[in-house]
Amino acid sequence: MIEIRSVTKRFGSFTAVNDVSLDIAEGEFLTLLGPSGCGKTTLLRMLSGFETPTSGTLRIDGEEVTHLAPYRRNVNQVFQSYALFPHLTVADNIAFGLRMQKVPAPEITRRVDEVVELVALTGFASRRPHELSGGQRQRVALARAIVPRPKVLLLDEPLSALDAKLRQQMQLELKRLQKHLGMTFVFVTHDQEEALTMSDRIAVFNQGRLEQLGSASAIYHQPRTAFVADFIGEANLLTAEAIARSGTMTRLRVEGGLELEIPTDRWPAGGSKVVISLRPEKILVSKRPLEAEAIFTARVTDELFQGALDRLHLQTESGTRLTALVANESALREAIHAGDAVWCGVHADDIAVVGPA
Amino acid sequence: MRPPPLLPSFWDRWSGLRLLDAGLGIWTGLVFLFLYLPILVLVVYSFNDSRLNVVWEGFTLDWYGRLWDNTRIARALKNSLVVAGFTTVLSVVLGTVGAWLLHRYRYRFGSTLQTLIAVPMIMPEIVMGISLLILFTTAGLKLGFFTVIVAHTTFCFPFVLIAVQARLQGMDPALEEAALDLGATPVRAFFLVVVPYLRPAILSGALMAFTLSLDELIVTFFTASAQVATLPLLVFGMAKVGLNPMLNALSALFIVATVAFVLFSEHLRRLGRRAP
Repeated sequence: MIEIRSVTKRFGSFTAVNDVSLDIAEGEFLTLLGPSGCGKTTLLRMLSGFETPTSGTLRIDGEEVTHLAPYRRNVNQVFQSYALFPHLTVADNIAFGLRMQKVPAPEITRRVDEVVELVALTGFASRRPHELSGGQRQRVALARAIVPRPKVLLLDEPLSALDAKLRQQMQLELKRLQKHLGMTFVFVTHDQEEALTMSDRIAVFNQGRLEQLGSASAIYHQPRTAFVADFIGEANLLTAEAIARSGTMTRLRVEGGLELEIPTDRWPAGGSKVVISLRPEKILVSKRPLEAEAIFTARVTDELFQGALDRLHLQTESGTRLTALVANESALREAIHAGDAVWCGVHADDIAVVGPA
Repeated sequence: MRPPPLLPSFWDRWSGLRLLDAGLGIWTGLVFLFLYLPILVLVVYSFNDSRLNVVWEGFTLDWYGRLWDNTRIARALKNSLVVAGFTTVLSVVLGTVGAWLLHRYRYRFGSTLQTLIAVPMIMPEIVMGISLLILFTTAGLKLGFFTVIVAHTTFCFPFVLIAVQARLQGMDPALEEAALDLGATPVRAFFLVVVPYLRPAILSGALMAFTLSLDELIVTFFTASAQVATLPLLVFGMAKVGLNPMLNALSALFIVATVAFVLFSEHLRRLGRRAP
């Protein structure tokens, strides 16, 4: 549906988007994720036509659109500020795109009514935007963008202005709506949780470059760079060197002294030192011996109560410092506290190599 | 411990601060009296049943009646309205489009341009009048409606431009983008989304331009021919011969009209500020 080929965008000497290539499939929910200033919004604005690439090409539905004006593209955008027209009613806001396409009046009425019902705004059609709540405005912006039936819907942090509860509810509604319409959604956010919840695939951006593209679970479980590991979820990022190779496994010595084993095929070609990522919740912690591929003992140096989870700062016998997240045990007998000596376990699959050191 | 008294004591009430407060109040009153008493006298004497503006002889509406019958005044009023009307239309078009272009695009000499636009607003009218007269005669233009309207527009359109600019500063740039995104060409986006958003500012600027043009004397004096004598020009001419209560009546009507315009334009500005 969308083909992005070696797209670069420079503003003066600043490179906002740096040689990005990306294919987006029809009916896919793709999220562009990254910190502010990473180029995700600029890429979105090139898809909507508000910016033109410095180099590279963009195709939407087989048609080259690199230099096509925004009003000639079959894509619509939901703006971060919603950008509802203040002088028009909800119904006229939604009908705007259809009027521009010169759709006959009776059809406009029918389609506007339809979409008003779809986004649960029945009864609000004759209100002005300033008479609506934030969530309602958000839905008007959504309705206005989907009613012309664009090939692609672009969403620029549409939920960032909503409070946490409403945001979660809208995430589910958006996902449901996208399934229902079968429309291609390109969603921009800096909120990793939002990205993990909604997306079919996530494209992680950093400093104008596409760091990693993959499903939510692939991005989370197999981060390919230290940035991805750290930006999505939490990670123990540790430098490690290979000390022995036995068949399909490579033995690593992690900074501090802890030794772990990973499948040799994960080891990058060349180099003797790597950075590995280990998710805090993947470290098994117990007061009694446990079963795992790698087992070691450690001392709890600090314990932070975080509601559902307990955050433990560990120091292994060999001296490596790790952070672990464990389910908060209510049974006092099993509860782990600062100063306790514990058994820890790690599975080789949960160790991701995120780059050379 | 005793509770504090419910009413302030005599000395509290007449403390230094209170005295200062009263003094400032009286001062403010005097300033307003100074400003508005002459106008009040002028209006009162327009109902005076005497040819002289000094002694009160009794109430009459006669001067307003004579005003109504005076064809010279009627023609001058018509001239004034025509000039103000055209000036307003031109000012609105130039001011709105100018403000939009200055806001939307970056120019090499943007800030210089901005200053140059504001200069005619503060330039002494006599300088404006003479320079425009020289320009028109050099260009071989015959003085008439056209020259007066052009002259008025030069100092009226900046008022529209500045009002519109102020409103544009508060406008979400995504509004125009949303219109483009939904398939409106830049021209349609401007008229369907930007102009409605700017409407309160355009109207208030237009009323300012209209009022200024209607009241303008000096620039008109230099750029008009005898055929397009506007009302202020006529009044000026009549006053030179001698004040009579008919002028009072005319001025009173002028005041009412001007105040009404200014209040209306303020009202619109406030409406505009309230809307998102």
